[in-house]
Amino acid sequence: MNSDNHRTIIPATALDKSASGFSVAFNKRLQRRYRAEQRFKWLGIAAIFSALAFLAFLLTTVIGDGASAFRQTVIQLEISFDKEEFTQEDLLQADYQRLVKTALSERFPEVAGRQDKRLLYDLVSSGASYKLLNMVRDNPKLIGSRQTIWVPANDDVDMLIKGKIDMDQPEGNRRIKDRQFQWISSIREAGQVELRFNRAFFTNGDSREPELAGIRGAIKGSFYTLLITLLLSFPIGVAAAIYLEEFAPDNRFTAFIEVNINNLAAVPSIIFGLLGLAIFINFWGVPRSTPLVGGLVLTLMTLPTIIIAARASLKSVPPSIREAALGVGASKIQTVFHHVLPLALPGMLTGTIIGMAQALGETAPLLMIGMVAFIVDVPGSITDPAAALPVQIYLWADSPERAFTEKTSAAIMVLLGFLVIMNALAVFMRKKFEITW
Amino acid sequence: MTILFTYLPPIILAIAATAFTAGRLRSLKVAESAGGIRALHSLPSNYGVLTALTGLLPALVIYGLWLSLETAVVDARLINELPPALAAVAAGSGDQSLILNDIKNLLSDSVIVNRSPAIEQAAERYEQIRDSYRSVLTASVLLLSTVLSFLVYRRITPSLRARNLVEGIIRFLLLLCSGIAILTTLGIVLSVLFESIRFFKAIPLQEFLFGLNWSPQMAIRADQAGSSGAFGAVPIFAGTFMIAAIAMMVAIPIGLLSAIYLSEFANQTFRTVVKPLLEILAGIPTVVYGFFAALTVAPLIRDSGGLLGLSVASESALAAGLVMGIMIIPFVSSLSDDVIHAVPQSLRDGSYGLGATKFETVRYIIFPAALPGIVGGILLAVSRAVGETMIVVMAAGLAANLTANPFEAVTTVTVQIVTLLVGDQEFDSPKTLAAFALGLVLFVFTLILNVIALRVVRKYREHYE
Repeated sequence: MNSDNHRTIIPATALDKSASGFSVAFNKRLQRRYRAEQRFKWLGIAAIFSALAFLAFLLTTVIGDGASAFRQTVIQLEISFDKEEFTQEDLLQADYQRLVKTALSERFPEVAGRQDKRLLYDLVSSGASYKLLNMVRDNPKLIGSRQTIWVPANDDVDMLIKGKIDMDQPEGNRRIKDRQFQWISSIREAGQVELRFNRAFFTNGDSREPELAGIRGAIKGSFYTLLITLLLSFPIGVAAAIYLEEFAPDNRFTAFIEVNINNLAAVPSIIFGLLGLAIFINFWGVPRSTPLVGGLVLTLMTLPTIIIAARASLKSVPPSIREAALGVGASKIQTVFHHVLPLALPGMLTGTIIGMAQALGETAPLLMIGMVAFIVDVPGSITDPAAALPVQIYLWADSPERAFTEKTSAAIMVLLGFLVIMNALAVFMRKKFEITW
Repeated sequence: MTILFTYLPPIILAIAATAFTAGRLRSLKVAESAGGIRALHSLPSNYGVLTALTGLLPALVIYGLWLSLETAVVDARLINELPPALAAVAAGSGDQSLILNDIKNLLSDSVIVNRSPAIEQAAERYEQIRDSYRSVLTASVLLLSTVLSFLVYRRITPSLRARNLVEGIIRFLLLLCSGIAILTTLGIVLSVLFESIRFFKAIPLQEFLFGLNWSPQMAIRADQAGSSGAFGAVPIFAGTFMIAAIAMMVAIPIGLLSAIYLSEFANQTFRTVVKPLLEILAGIPTVVYGFFAALTVAPLIRDSGGLLGLSVASESALAAGLVMGIMIIPFVSSLSDDVIHAVPQSLRDGSYGLGATKFETVRYIIFPAALPGIVGGILLAVSRAVGETMIVVMAAGLAANLTANPFEAVTTVTVQIVTLLVGDQEFDSPKTLAAFALGLVLFVFTLILNVIALRVVRKYREHYE
């Protein structure tokens, strides 16, 4: 408020001149009172900075953990596409895994013994054979040639290259064995290991292999879910707000609606998940795990937010606008839809964006309606099973592999990025379209 | 007919669009003979909209109703008409839903467990029943919307009060939209209540509310040891309150002190910078807090506890409560900020006039004056802490320990709901139904808190307005 007006407190030192009639005891008391005030001020500052320090701690931890996930270790291999391997009719049936294994054996001819070989083959991700398969499918002329190809490394190798595996620990405790470390060191010296931009993270769906797991499926799932939420909650929310603000008679029924809206805004989100499970899935038969049912549940959740924002926005349109419209003969509906609503729309949109940002980060109700399944395919429509971005974060956070921690943090960075963009958009719209009457 | 059903919504819309044009043209035409467009009661587009809406709305209502009831209706009819081979199997009530599942999986081309000729036959019958219903529906919807629109079309005269009718309809639609809030509450109550009643038929209410032992895993075989299923929810309630209490111990002092400092002591620049930064804490999704609590804070607390010689569980209540408290800080601070702002300036001025320092004014004038509002805000924060899910799912334990030690792992209501409902669900086992009973408790508890809090806050506002 205007507490600034009262900031001119007499500094404690000025009281030394208090020969002007104040007793020593009074001065002492005054000093004590000012000290109490100072202490309280410091307490307030400490409270604010402890909250901000936590925020900084959280963000630096997430960014520090996740930044490396945007780069991925690749290993250079000399793959020979032997003609003998492609005897089948269907080129896609060939044993690409063996091509990779052969290449590795050729690179390290000294490795013998089944156990050692298995350790050697473990250096390269199972995604390598898919890469070869795609190459052959795109260009069958490769068969019979020798190619130098960069293939993704296994997640443990990836972690080692990124310095996240402590080689000082006893061999049994770490995922990279001594021999593997030697091989990696040797190819590293030969310049056959590189860290590259991790495209797979943005183009792949979920996977059990950390080095192949991506967020595309989750992002598309979230997109479809939010699309449904937006399409349903915006018109319904705006209509409800218009009714309550412009038409509703002041009676018990209206009061009951308002109580309901205010309470729904504070109902725990997981309860909405129970509603979705019992009514949308079990009673209506909406398919589980789909963006459709997710969108329906999130619609019910965001409606109160949107209604409250839209009402505030309608309230801020001055009555003179309505009176002018009514005065020239517009009906009540015409007044609202032709004059009040366009003026209130920017504020409503701002509230809607903030509601959508909340919906994007919401996880608990989606767990209830089965959007927590392990889904590899990128969803193509609103009735395909899908994960959402926050649910993906939850799933990865539960995975034991060290490499998934990095992925989780990276996915969190992406999620926070979307939220920042949405909130910035809301702030921008508020600044740009705000009308001061 | 089934193809028509797939494209029913666009077809209905197309009919409505045609009706709009026809109605509009018709109004212009009847106006011509009555002395020009001035003779019309309403605008030509009002006549068009009226013609379109009378056909469109009933069609959409019927279509929507059918979509929401289709599964239930078709399932019920199929169960009556199952081939004898399956009917015998379906006699056990649990197998009925299994068979329906198989049939639906077969129809949607997914992998099914027991493919048999009987199932295939049933699936074919299922499709037949569904398609016949759909055909009837499509025909009646199309007929209805055309006939209704046509009836209105025929009745268009210059004196028809089209605008008033259209506006009446729009007003009704607006009312319906705001009624969704009531329907949602009703839906929540019904969905939680029905399953809870089924649960309380199996487990007595007092055992649930006062029992001290919670282990919801039911024995699959009768002779299995140790998992008879106990549903005493006291340890869960205790765990929930412990974590919420820890959270409030973090959130109340920090949130309140920041709010007081920001509104009474800080200068404008400091406020404009810090307030949005604090709001960021509220904007971070809870799953992020959960990840942070589980992977960073919990190990930190465990290790530092270890240094002090304490044994701290890696899923300690302390870690979850601490992080939850930080999540709630902006909630407490913005609510307190509101109520502190609502304290009239005259009270401050009076206090300063008597020579009180700022701190004394805060301590003896503003805080007591704002206390009811602050308490209301804190109650809302408690309800948020009790209902918070992701942080505790990721950072708190699963086992229901009845303990007062914050270093041990406890479980909460929301954690149990999630663990009971994620994964396979059978809606006839108390294990699944227990989740709904817990949901009912959670809903009722938070509802009471919210109602009290909202009432307190409103009373407080009115007091100073």
